[in-house]
Amino acid sequence: MCSRGLVLRRRGQWFRFMRLKQVRTMKSIPRKLASVLWLAGAWIGSVAHAVSDLPGGPAVNQLNLHPPATRIAEEQHFLHWMMLIICTVIFVAVFAVMFYSIWKHRKSQGAKSANFHESVTVEVVWTVIPFLIVIGMALPATKVLVAQKDTTNADLTIKTTGYQWKWGYDYLKGEGEGLSYISTIDSSHRAMSNSGDVANAPNDYLLKVDNPLVVPVGKKIRIITTANDVIHAFMVPAFGIKQDAIPGFVRDTWFRAEKVGDYYGQCAELCGKEHAYMPIHVKVLSAPDYSLWVEAELKKAAAKLDDPAKVWALDDILKRGEKVYAANCAACHQASGKGAGPIKPLDGSAIVKDADHAKQIQVLLQGAANGAMPAWKQLSDTDLAAVVSYTKNAWSNKTGQLVQPSEIVAQRAK
Amino acid sequence: MSAVLDHPAHAGGHAHDAHDHHHGPSGWRRWLFATNHKDIGTLYLLFSFTMLMVGGVLALLIRAELFQPGLQLVNPELFNQLTTMHGLIMVFGAIMPAFVGFANWMVPLQIGASDMAFARMNNFSFWLMIPAALLLVGSFFMPGGAPAAGWTLYAPLTLQMGPSMDAGIFAMHILGASSIMGSINIIVTILNMRAPGMTLMKMPMFCWTWLITAYLLIAVMPVLAGAITMTLTDRHFGTSFFNPAGGGDPVMYQHIFWFFGHPEVYIMILPAFGIISQIVPAFARKKLFGYASMVYATSSIAILSFIVWAHHMFTTGMPVTGQLFFMYATMLISVPTAVKIFNWVATMWRGSMTFETPMLFAVGFIFVFTIGGFTGLILAMAPIDIQLQDTYYVVAHFHYVLVAGSLFALFAGVYYWLPKWTGVMYSEVRGKIHFWASLIFFNITFFPMHFLGLAGMPRRYADYPMQFADFNAIASIGAFGFGLAQVYFFVAVVLPCMRGNGAKAPQKPWDGAEGLEWEVPSPAPFHTFETPPKLDATATRVIG
Repeated sequence: MCSRGLVLRRRGQWFRFMRLKQVRTMKSIPRKLASVLWLAGAWIGSVAHAVSDLPGGPAVNQLNLHPPATRIAEEQHFLHWMMLIICTVIFVAVFAVMFYSIWKHRKSQGAKSANFHESVTVEVVWTVIPFLIVIGMALPATKVLVAQKDTTNADLTIKTTGYQWKWGYDYLKGEGEGLSYISTIDSSHRAMSNSGDVANAPNDYLLKVDNPLVVPVGKKIRIITTANDVIHAFMVPAFGIKQDAIPGFVRDTWFRAEKVGDYYGQCAELCGKEHAYMPIHVKVLSAPDYSLWVEAELKKAAAKLDDPAKVWALDDILKRGEKVYAANCAACHQASGKGAGPIKPLDGSAIVKDADHAKQIQVLLQGAANGAMPAWKQLSDTDLAAVVSYTKNAWSNKTGQLVQPSEIVAQRAK
Repeated sequence: MSAVLDHPAHAGGHAHDAHDHHHGPSGWRRWLFATNHKDIGTLYLLFSFTMLMVGGVLALLIRAELFQPGLQLVNPELFNQLTTMHGLIMVFGAIMPAFVGFANWMVPLQIGASDMAFARMNNFSFWLMIPAALLLVGSFFMPGGAPAAGWTLYAPLTLQMGPSMDAGIFAMHILGASSIMGSINIIVTILNMRAPGMTLMKMPMFCWTWLITAYLLIAVMPVLAGAITMTLTDRHFGTSFFNPAGGGDPVMYQHIFWFFGHPEVYIMILPAFGIISQIVPAFARKKLFGYASMVYATSSIAILSFIVWAHHMFTTGMPVTGQLFFMYATMLISVPTAVKIFNWVATMWRGSMTFETPMLFAVGFIFVFTIGGFTGLILAMAPIDIQLQDTYYVVAHFHYVLVAGSLFALFAGVYYWLPKWTGVMYSEVRGKIHFWASLIFFNITFFPMHFLGLAGMPRRYADYPMQFADFNAIASIGAFGFGLAQVYFFVAVVLPCMRGNGAKAPQKPWDGAEGLEWEVPSPAPFHTFETPPKLDATATRVIG
């Protein structure tokens, strides 16, 4: 393991040197291409002029992979340039021959067709040469692949759970152990998307979340992925990682961020209707900042622990419920509670208005309609009680009913 | 193709006297009860073009929504239905049946057979496609809308779908049955009904590639049927093959699906190689270079296609040895594919070339398909694939090989054989307009998608960050141009030929073309080669 690390590091330096050289010579081509394409795009009257690059996320009209923030991403970058150059050279060579032939060997140029139509020697030569080229390509790729699959000796292990449609982060091992929270897209971005009007969209449109994943710089972070419902994929391009999160299974990947900053990614496996709305935001902090963050979060977590035995007043729990509803339910059932298409309305729903609270609570705990309504048992007892109370009193459902967290506890046991 | 329709009996080029007086059913009965390979070929081709238009409309709805960030036209639920159905309809409704249509028309003509081996089964394989297509398209109007789990139908997302998912699964079953019957027919026809003297190694390349493709189809369609049947029983009969809640394995679905799915992509490209291998020599006026090596390369590709499936699954988290194996095997496929490209270029080399529309599409195919081949090689490299999997780079890659690959080859084939089918020469000017419009708009649509993918834009996204806006707008404009070019193709090129408007086609409109199809008049008579023809030593000419 140690020697591989050393080799990698040395190779990394060489790669970086080579890459710098290439980048210097190649930058001008993408730049020119970019400006031509940008001009072409500009007249379309899109809103792009108001948008600028998002550091750690996509750049405007970005032409290549993200600037690497880990060594693995850097190696991928190098491999991609290597492949692009080899393929371009072969492409140009082969088609130079073809177009020369098209130019010279035309009937209109008086070309008479030759009669040759087979040669074993030639066939063997142009089978063996591509074979050797492919082997030459596969060797450096093998080394990177082996390195990127090596998830041993992590400093910090975080379990990442894909939900429809949000990410859950559980700090399993290392500094911050025990922290656990859910990360959801900023609801104003989701609403802006629905409105269709993105004239005032910020640079991090669709990439902003309420609680980013926070990790320390320079530490090996092992990400364990799993999912609650369907397959999702955890992707952060700047780190060069993408790992499917598969329900019922655990998989892992790793990264070691080399710079502090914000890095963005999105879910990369079709997971249902809100697939485009479960972004990933990783905040990389320096070691002392990270320790401070962990300390503050642990305190906050302790303070936030709701006592499920607490008896709430209607007004307080409705306020809480409204927030829970906006964060978790409004994407499908709509803020108006009217639903949309196959999504059932809550406004006026018999189950919601039923004086027997058990039915609605069970729907929330178990899901319904074959999983089209997902199970929400991961929410806290207080959150569930709050959102049930809220739906029973919002819109035209003025039932005045109040559901206490203790009822949820009782229903969970069933 | 009314030119064929009007004179079924009087165009025989050979002495078939009594048999020429054909008294089959007429009107709609002629088509519903069709057993003639040419009629069935025509049905397949018209059907696949219809589905190309349906799938194209879905694609344009997708591109219209993606023209700008934000949701303006469709909601994300419908968007997923559009991408799913676009994929299913194009793969199973447009590309595959189009190649079967070519096989029906051309295989008997090229090998000197009177018809397909199983004429009634041939009828059944075609008419099965209609209910399947209706089920697919009709699923949009079922409660909950069409299936929205992507064309790959990954579990466990499929378990959440509404009743239309079952309609989709049933449609896939029917289409699979149709494909298997079609393949059996093609294999038996090629192996048993070749004219005396037409040995396997003298057979036209198109027949060779279809023979190999037909074996691929028989091998993998049942695998797809198994995967979707397991999905069906998971949905309704309480099994847990893929349902993790019952201990099932969603990744197993992907393994089974791609064991079908990867050979499937070769099913869609090998007959295209065959068409190109017919056209390039015809317009270079020079024999195909390396005929034998083409046959071996095609076979190698077919065999290798069975051991590369998991390169679609690098991000599922296989063990490192698994990733290495599938990476090496996939990269290996580029070798026989390169051999094919080299052979085509060598065929052109020192030929005497002209560039009628079939040749333009063939050269366009070689040029643009190779770009798709190289991006495939880049994607095969697992460390890079981790970056590019499920991004627009993959979308760009497979449209380069399926649109600029399969579809362009189909167009090349249509222009090449349309005179034989209809007896009318298409308009060369219009053909060239169609070619250049297709080529240019195709690249405007799909080239920017490489950049989007490298920058990390995931596929199947109804809305995207602002930074991706310009390339998406360009792609959308290109898509509408490409769509219009195909409407133009049908209205300005195909329809006039079908109506008999245009110059009468000679028996052999291309002076460099070789093969038995050019030994019968244009349009090809309703019955051809009713008695086995006597062939010359090269098996390309009838000598009595």
